[in-house]
Amino acid sequence: MTETGAASAWSDAVLAAALLALDPHGLGGAVVSGFAGPVRDRWLREFERLCVHAGPAGGPRPGARFLPHMDDAALLGGLDLAATLADGVPRVRRGLLADCNHGCLLVPMAERLSGLQAAAIAAALDEGECNLQRDGLSRQWPARLGVVLLNESVDADDACPGSLRERCAFHLDLTAIGLRDLSASAYGPDAVRRARARLSRVAVPEALPQALCGSAVEAGIDSLRAPILALRVARAAAALLGESAVGTAQAKLAVRLVFGPRAIAVTPRDLDQPEAPAPDSAQDQAPHDTPPEPPAPRAEAEPNAEVNDANVNDANVNDADELTEILVEAVFGAPRLSLGAATRLPVGLRRQGPAGRTGPVRSSGLRGRPQGARRGVPGSATRLDLLATLRAAAPWQTLRVRDDAGDDRDRRAVAVRRDDLHVRRFKQRAATLTIFVVDASGSAALQRLGEAKGAVELLLADCYVRRDSVALIAFRGQGADLLLPPTRSLVRARRCLAHLKGGGATPLTAGLDAAADLAALSLRRGLVPTLVVLTDGRGNLTRAGVADRRAAEQESLAVARRLQALQVATLLVDTSPRGQAFARQLAGAADALYVPLPHADARRLSNTVRGLSGARTGHAA
Amino acid sequence: MTTPASSITATKAESRPPAYPFSAIVGQEDLRLALMLAAVDPRIGGVLAYGDRGTGKSTAVRALADLLPKIRAVVDCAYQCDPDDHAHLCSGCRAALAEHGRLKSRLVSVPVVDLPLGATEDRVVGALDLERALAGGEKVFEPGLLARANRGFLYIDEVNLLEDHLVDLLLDVAASGENVVEREGLSVRHRAAFVLVGSGNPEEGELRPQLLDRFGLCVDVTTPTDIAARVDVVRRRDDYDRQPQAFAARWRRKQSGERKRILAARQLLDQVEVGDDSLTRAAELCVALGTDGLRGELTLTRAGRALAALEGDRRVTDAHLRRVAEPALAHRLRRDPLDDSRAGARVKRALGELFDA
Repeated sequence: MTETGAASAWSDAVLAAALLALDPHGLGGAVVSGFAGPVRDRWLREFERLCVHAGPAGGPRPGARFLPHMDDAALLGGLDLAATLADGVPRVRRGLLADCNHGCLLVPMAERLSGLQAAAIAAALDEGECNLQRDGLSRQWPARLGVVLLNESVDADDACPGSLRERCAFHLDLTAIGLRDLSASAYGPDAVRRARARLSRVAVPEALPQALCGSAVEAGIDSLRAPILALRVARAAAALLGESAVGTAQAKLAVRLVFGPRAIAVTPRDLDQPEAPAPDSAQDQAPHDTPPEPPAPRAEAEPNAEVNDANVNDANVNDADELTEILVEAVFGAPRLSLGAATRLPVGLRRQGPAGRTGPVRSSGLRGRPQGARRGVPGSATRLDLLATLRAAAPWQTLRVRDDAGDDRDRRAVAVRRDDLHVRRFKQRAATLTIFVVDASGSAALQRLGEAKGAVELLLADCYVRRDSVALIAFRGQGADLLLPPTRSLVRARRCLAHLKGGGATPLTAGLDAAADLAALSLRRGLVPTLVVLTDGRGNLTRAGVADRRAAEQESLAVARRLQALQVATLLVDTSPRGQAFARQLAGAADALYVPLPHADARRLSNTVRGLSGARTGHAA
Repeated sequence: MTTPASSITATKAESRPPAYPFSAIVGQEDLRLALMLAAVDPRIGGVLAYGDRGTGKSTAVRALADLLPKIRAVVDCAYQCDPDDHAHLCSGCRAALAEHGRLKSRLVSVPVVDLPLGATEDRVVGALDLERALAGGEKVFEPGLLARANRGFLYIDEVNLLEDHLVDLLLDVAASGENVVEREGLSVRHRAAFVLVGSGNPEEGELRPQLLDRFGLCVDVTTPTDIAARVDVVRRRDDYDRQPQAFAARWRRKQSGERKRILAARQLLDQVEVGDDSLTRAAELCVALGTDGLRGELTLTRAGRALAALEGDRRVTDAHLRRVAEPALAHRLRRDPLDDSRAGARVKRALGELFDA
């Protein structure tokens, strides 16, 4: 086998680029994960080379980028003030969405997109239109575009908005691809152009939609966008190859690209059977051996013939069950995009508790991120936005000067009215994040977890008013897990908390470490974290995983001092029957409030937390 | 890139394909029914479609526009005034009526207006006409989205992401049916009676309780689990994508059938009788569930009546109430964080206890 997994991941990525260039609006776009570097640059170059514009005259603006710190007007469009004032007629500036009609919009640092920005882009992807209702202007522009989201997030909690991931056909992970894996794309701009002309004439075999739906269900993908996108990918791939109908090879390619990164189930039910390994490994090879991106049916026919008893040809494209089976294998058996089997499970789990930032991060705005201005009179929670105010006043000057003409005493350079005043809201009130750190070890674990779960839900129940979000870290066995990433959504919390397990050793240090990390992160994001630690204080596992109570206690104390340095409000709830000296010591080191609560109940817990965070942020609930 | 405002409209020539037909939607019975009920009786108070991504919430709502029977509106009126409803005419129409003694009217499509999340306040409520202010120094009010939505539907996708100040504004107008604008020495008051339709994903954050309460019916939208239905969705979507015109044409007959049903139901609506027994049932149900306020009961009976009208019945029965109880009440239950069951399940339980007894 000459081609490595990484090299085939690269050719898949390049093929995806060609398909996206072919049908940007139909396929929605691509999420490209990986840090900036030569591999990503190369992919972008390949993509831009293939982007031949699809529309009539004009065409999309090449190289259009939207950075998350740009304001809404850059994306949606708005009044071009300078031109308006110069010409005395309203001049409208189109936004990037409309500029990219028939093309692709590039979004670097997509993980930093706010929920509103993501929603605006998602609306254009859905509607093929940019609907501008701003600055006294009402315009609709065609915006049949796709997006390329460059995702540089390091973990799932920080990933780019789920609403956009969902609409993008391709999720490409370039992290594991090295320079030696790179190869040139087999297709040029001309091939893309020709394929586009053929696209709508490519026939879809009767059985394909059913097979796609069936294999999506097998892969644990609930959303119907996935099979719809896969069908479009298959058709685009057939068009690229010059086929008149979608064949098995293109269908397999489509499920590999579209379903592969979305799959939740680790193995399909059918592959649990003993005979599975053989076809599985053979399947692994097939796409490696052939040039993976143009799995030209003729070349592909031979290896597949061995795999599937010579029944892989276009004849069985019409048998839905058979095709489903083949596609299920393609999702699970085909080369994964450079990810080993071990990393597949977290990917799936990540999807269950959907990625994406929720709540406070989005709606209250972070420091340093423009929140946009809105009309209003400056007050305690708001500051005057001078520029926006002047912008608002500017177009009306002619009118006002005429109105004021009779009144010479009151002549000013600029007539600003109360209605023009704009304010920039940083944050109406510090949003809080309550982090529960729960000892899920030992015998009392289940009860403790249950109470913590109840407290989380109680806190969330009125979180809209309080703008609180909640996270939950549990430690047990060998380490700590962030079971509930910061969220304000009760629905999400309930889903995450539904399957909590307990038992095992007590890695208190690991739990505190995770909590301190999360607290530091949320401080950076401008949230006010509050920590609630529920433990009986008897940590017995060091960071290295050694069962040494004394060393573990020393480590725990060190983390406690770190928490104190971070100035995080901490509540330590001692759940042991008689109160532990060490728990008290720990609370002292962290400057925490120590509450012995042998029978912690959800209601008392949430009330205590409420009091604590209320005092801390300077507002009572 | 900068173009004169007037030429912008010309670019619209690249016409949009017809919306996905309402009748072609696979499954989603609850959402379709809720939208039909709102079309039959706007006083039900709007529909909220809540569900995961990729369940086709917005497809259904956007399909609604084409389904609605046309309405009679005064020609050239920015608020689509009803020529027969003299009590609610806008100032312009009232003046015209006084002058000519009658109003010229014609049939127009029911407006289904999109409120994009990036909209600014001035466009939502209306503001001075920029172009005329600049060119002629005239002060003319340019109606906003609320005016355009009068007598129709106002749709907000991802409604839980809507900014707070816009929510405040909507709450007020949705409750009063009137939009009041005071700006630049201009004081305008116009009717803005619309059916609020929202869609959202609960995982993106919770909806403000006040706004939630404004929606008459709230529907949980899920993807169909049945493979055959899923295949149908994918197949029809593919057909539509490739030939939207032909696809819409194929569904035209079914579509007009649905339209006739709505029209017939509207005619019948006033004759549908809500007996004391039904009112008692509705009240009992609301008491059993502990819903706040009277709005729940009101919505329940209105939705029940609209359903009866839609099915051609002249009397609201238990069966009607049962069918609409969940969308009418589930979102009004006080949240009990320690009760794991979803609100819908609680309504079903209460229904079982009450009706099967």
